[in-house]
Amino acid sequence: MGLKFPIFMDAQSTTPSDPRVVEAMLPYFTEKFGHPASRNHPFGWEAEGAVDAARAKLAALIGARDPKELVFTSGGTEAINLALKGVAEMYREKGTHIVSTVIEQRASLDSFKRLERQGVSVTYVPVQPDGLVDVEEIRKAITDKTILISVMFANNEIGTIQDIPAIGRLAKEKGIIFHTDATQAVGKIPVDVEAMGIDLLSCTAHLMYGPKGVGALYVRRKGPRVRIAPMIDGGGHERGMRSGTLPVPLIVGFGRAAEIAKAEMAAEGERLGKLRDRLQDMILSSVEEAFLNGRPDRRLPHNLNISFAYVEGESVLMGLNKETALSSGSACTSSTLEPSYVIAALGASAELAHSSIRFSLHRFTTAEEVEYVGQRTIEVIKRLREMSPLYELAKEGVDLKTIKWKAE
Amino acid sequence: MAYSDKVVDHYNNPRNVGSFTKDTPGVGTGLVGAPECGDVMKLQIRVNLETGVIEDAKFKTFGCGSAIASSSLATEWLKGKTIDEAAKIKNTDIVNELKLPPVKIHCSVLAEDAIKAALADYKDKQASVTTGAASK
Repeated sequence: MGLKFPIFMDAQSTTPSDPRVVEAMLPYFTEKFGHPASRNHPFGWEAEGAVDAARAKLAALIGARDPKELVFTSGGTEAINLALKGVAEMYREKGTHIVSTVIEQRASLDSFKRLERQGVSVTYVPVQPDGLVDVEEIRKAITDKTILISVMFANNEIGTIQDIPAIGRLAKEKGIIFHTDATQAVGKIPVDVEAMGIDLLSCTAHLMYGPKGVGALYVRRKGPRVRIAPMIDGGGHERGMRSGTLPVPLIVGFGRAAEIAKAEMAAEGERLGKLRDRLQDMILSSVEEAFLNGRPDRRLPHNLNISFAYVEGESVLMGLNKETALSSGSACTSSTLEPSYVIAALGASAELAHSSIRFSLHRFTTAEEVEYVGQRTIEVIKRLREMSPLYELAKEGVDLKTIKWKAE
Repeated sequence: MAYSDKVVDHYNNPRNVGSFTKDTPGVGTGLVGAPECGDVMKLQIRVNLETGVIEDAKFKTFGCGSAIASSSLATEWLKGKTIDEAAKIKNTDIVNELKLPPVKIHCSVLAEDAIKAALADYKDKQASVTTGAASK
């Protein structure tokens, strides 16, 4: 089979919907269009049944005891906002302190910023050079005012999987609510809210081959019963936690995506892990001074993040972007003009933070695509290094740290 | 973000990539930017000592595609100019030629800085050669 261009290897930004998901959704746009809150006619009953079935499938995927513990939202960002702000508001009398980490995604960090303006204090625990949070650091950050621990399950840039069960145990021991942003993990690796002691969990459909526009927040009902203040007022849908007409077709798609993920996760993870390892070996064996970011043995199977010394990330993407979609922690690819705070948090030099490239594979990635992208990446890095004054200086034996740079 | 055709062209076919030996007579070297800012440009000129005309120019750049294109364009424009003419190249000329978006204007500023640094280095070298010769 020949290669089809452009190749998509940016699956931690979004994934294509699985055709089986789309097929499941289609009837709910046209003939099965009822409002699930319409209690008095078959259109409503049909829609409600479809939503309930999807909720049950998602509950099964994350090990929730009761499907009612899932609240549908517009996506991961809303789920995270609802969890963090909802807890901060509901438990304000109890305390005003949150413990989180420096590598959370923007939905969390920006929610914290707003909460900080409203008098909540947040401790951002650092990560180790391998991207893992030391659970003891979380323990040390806890005060008698702490109402919430929020730690992402798996990182969106480096794929590092945190020790969620250990954090869950700590939270239980201290009687503190534990939220995890599992947007990158659900559907990809085993997630079990009961076994892992998770009280709140955010996830999204579009990162697990479902549609964009729908996500969910798991809210524990028993042991402890977690309560959150709603952010959106209206008809009291979703047990009052999130009003608004449910997007039935999207929810049906989310449910179908969860069902497929549960059935295929193990085999898919193994296949993608092998392809990822092949890509990693190819690149690291032929490019010197290329550094793997994130702990190798605690990583999402479809994630690969490498910093290439002496070349800037956006210029690498530009060399590939006609044929391959990748992502970079380069400042030039972000709207903030700051390099990746995740790579910087690992203690890497700022230069290496500008040089990180993320490859993320997905259900439809082929071995041929991996070979192609690996070869092309190697070629582009070599070409850019020939153009790099830093590479030239390093080759001459100059220590780049000894140069007095004349920045703008 | 889509790149202009000219940026893509300079990125794919950069003009005058390379280096001159720094201590060659008539060579001026500018090294500007900083690795932690994500941009470093090395721009060199080789001036004909008799005519004062820039005969050749070379660059190497660590940075995004627009930074590479800005420095590549700068070397193209420098060739054939006198030292005084070269000093008149402005970053806005580069912005206009490459159609750089606002977030990439710093790339053109850095290229102008690199030109100025190379010219200053050349002048410094000439001054020390002259005073060195006079003292003999």
